[in-house]
Amino acid sequence: MLLQINEPGETPLPHAEDKGAAVGIDLGTTNSVVAVTEGGQTSVLRDGQGSALIPSVVAYGEDGEITVGTDARRELLDNPEVVVSSVKRLMGRGVADVKSLAGTLPFELDEAAEGGMVRLRVSGKTLTPVEVSADILRAVKARAEKALGRPVDRAVITVPAYFDDAARSATKDAARLAGLEVLRLVNEPTAAALAYGLDNQSEGLYAVYDLGGGTFDISLLRMEKGVFQVRATGGDAALGGDDLDHAIAEAFLADRAKSLGEVTITSAEVKQALATGRMAKECLSASPWGEWLIEIDGKTSRHHLDLKTFEALAAPFIERTITLCHGVLVDAGIGVEDIKGVVLVGGSTRVPQVRRRVAEFFGREPLADINPDEVVAVGAALQAEALTVGSDTLLLDVTPLSLGIETMGGIVEKVIPRNTPIPVAMAQEFTTYQDGQDAMLIHVVQGEREMVDQCRSLARFVLSGIPAMAAGAARIRVTFSVDADGLLTVSAREAVTGIEQEVSVKPSYGLTDDEMAHMLRESLEHAREDMETRLLAEARVEAVRSLLAVRAALAVDGDLLSTAEQAAIHAALEHVETAIRDGNRDDVLDAAAALETETKTFAERRMDRGIRNALAGQSVDGLGERLDGAKSSG
Amino acid sequence: MFMSEFDQATTSGAIVPCWSCKGPISPRALFCATCGAVQPPGNIDHFSRLGLRSGYAIDPALLDRQYFGFQRRLHPDRFATRSPKEKALSQSQATALNEAYETLKDPLKRAAYLLRLAGRSVDIEQAATVTDPELLMEAMEMREALAEADTLEEITVLAAQAEAEVALCEGSLNEAFATEDLDAAGRATTRLKYLGKLAEEARSRKNRMTRPGI
Repeated sequence: MLLQINEPGETPLPHAEDKGAAVGIDLGTTNSVVAVTEGGQTSVLRDGQGSALIPSVVAYGEDGEITVGTDARRELLDNPEVVVSSVKRLMGRGVADVKSLAGTLPFELDEAAEGGMVRLRVSGKTLTPVEVSADILRAVKARAEKALGRPVDRAVITVPAYFDDAARSATKDAARLAGLEVLRLVNEPTAAALAYGLDNQSEGLYAVYDLGGGTFDISLLRMEKGVFQVRATGGDAALGGDDLDHAIAEAFLADRAKSLGEVTITSAEVKQALATGRMAKECLSASPWGEWLIEIDGKTSRHHLDLKTFEALAAPFIERTITLCHGVLVDAGIGVEDIKGVVLVGGSTRVPQVRRRVAEFFGREPLADINPDEVVAVGAALQAEALTVGSDTLLLDVTPLSLGIETMGGIVEKVIPRNTPIPVAMAQEFTTYQDGQDAMLIHVVQGEREMVDQCRSLARFVLSGIPAMAAGAARIRVTFSVDADGLLTVSAREAVTGIEQEVSVKPSYGLTDDEMAHMLRESLEHAREDMETRLLAEARVEAVRSLLAVRAALAVDGDLLSTAEQAAIHAALEHVETAIRDGNRDDVLDAAAALETETKTFAERRMDRGIRNALAGQSVDGLGERLDGAKSSG
Repeated sequence: MFMSEFDQATTSGAIVPCWSCKGPISPRALFCATCGAVQPPGNIDHFSRLGLRSGYAIDPALLDRQYFGFQRRLHPDRFATRSPKEKALSQSQATALNEAYETLKDPLKRAAYLLRLAGRSVDIEQAATVTDPELLMEAMEMREALAEADTLEEITVLAAQAEAEVALCEGSLNEAFATEDLDAAGRATTRLKYLGKLAEEARSRKNRMTRPGI
């Protein structure tokens, strides 16, 4: 069998036909949506009733059965203690972070858990938000596989632009647990802009106002000839439509306590009041008033709410979003008059008061022609296709929050300011303050405030093995890199001795490697074989790369080899092909290594020829394509 | 304004092996001509990286066009299904492009960078001591005026004044670099740093007074 030969640099994945579909997933606080783009056509994947929304709600039955979505949400009324909702609010959060939220969350926290990631107690189980999110993603994956009729194993998953590093890592971990390879984490507003930009071929500056169930994001993007450049982004990872439900629920519970003369409020009452609050909010988006009943343990209370009262309850939250919009405009040095359009995203933008206030602030009617619940998933699906098949569009995103390190006195020194285009790498030099000091603690934080304790602690690590020197003599260069997913890695190097330090960043609120390994073992569908499949796939991609590279070299410089040498290389190539097709990971690695050895002399002769040609005055620019940016963008 | 073909040919003599097919390539190549593999970003100046002629005067639209054009080919999104090594190299390339773009886009960073290329150092991050008495006087006066201003009108006037001074200063920087007067360029860069800070302070005070909500 011959492998398909492709243009250099156009290598597709080996066994492309074996690969499952790549989808776009909007993993929301309240609802999740999945969409797929094939051949430029995007479809939102729906259930039998035509609904795109999968409620991000998971019920953990006493018998170990896990239900997700609409069925789980129904349980919320009958069996609230087995149900987890709005778990996205806890992604990447520590125990201390959620203390402030205690009482307002519709589930019980494991108070015993110390440090690290927060844990929930449901139906006798202790669960991390990552595991609950993985359960949601499994249901999303199942919906997509049912709709498409084939396996789905890769996805673009959207996150709020304002998600910090810990929350992004947690999302990626959840996908891994659910058996999904994350092609890219894309910011929700950017995905929404992608969905609009492609439809409208718009150019200029756009604002994306994204008010979801639990998060608020505002992003300013410039769209130009298929490039989506994020200029500035801001928001609040704990502000959303849920807050409106809470405000109504609190008002109802206060009424109820008064009318029934009760003092204590049970968790069941909170959950039902929240569900009623949501219904009231949705109802008041269309009607001027309504009446609702809350009935628990045979005790019924009646609650009346009119639009005016609701809007007074909602106003503080909406004003907060407007303040954040203003801040982002200031950050970017952009006036309201420079904005060409405002895009509305998120179910909470259905509230008429929100639309009115946004229109008033930006001085124009916002765009909402794509369903605000589905627009993010549509953008994610488009990006999934762009990443796997290719595309003319390009997303250029930024860091949402400044990254810094703790210095003397608990003051933050910013290393990467917010709104810096990613990927980015920046280095900072440190020195020792004691003679012979051989280790140093580095504390990485994320946030805009001056003091460490007002920022989010991302990681602490010890840089050890510093050679003994006088105080101030060591020069330790710490490099902070943020990749295209917005994830941070840190590396360090001592400049005087050149000693490179392996730095493992242990996220303050993430899962440890052990915990992750344990969870992967626990999850029945994807345990060892998941890891092995991944490693085999990587080895194959790498082997195909070297296969094509050698073929390309033979085509250009084959005349440097004798017939026997050519035959030997061809044999090695065939060996690699066979291993890619039939072999396990070791076979592939061995065959690739053998090819490398077999082509060593060939490579030397090619270099010699190149140098001879250069000495003979031939331009070396024929030896590689240095692009002219303007040409390729035309 | 682009680097012409011969500019690059005459400045790069050495030949390096492509990491993928091991064949000879120019150290400045982005992709190997033989096997098409993306190459490491290499150590070149920000202007060359974006295919621009070195100099203070920059057409922002051209800078954007060049930056977008290079990112279109080198951004990690173009390598999402490639081998880990190619992904890593594309990330380094995109990182280098972002650094070049961020430096050249900003008038102050661009000036400091040009001075650094010319072997002069102006530290725009640290609060260096001002030795120029005239600048010291000017900065103090403007700061005082800003501290005393308490109505929106007064602050708006001061903010506009500071912006105008910034624009003038950028003009004189342009002139200094064009005539290769590096002493003047150094002084103007320090001045631009202070003016920029003042303008920002005035702007943020103005914004605080006009901010909606609480």
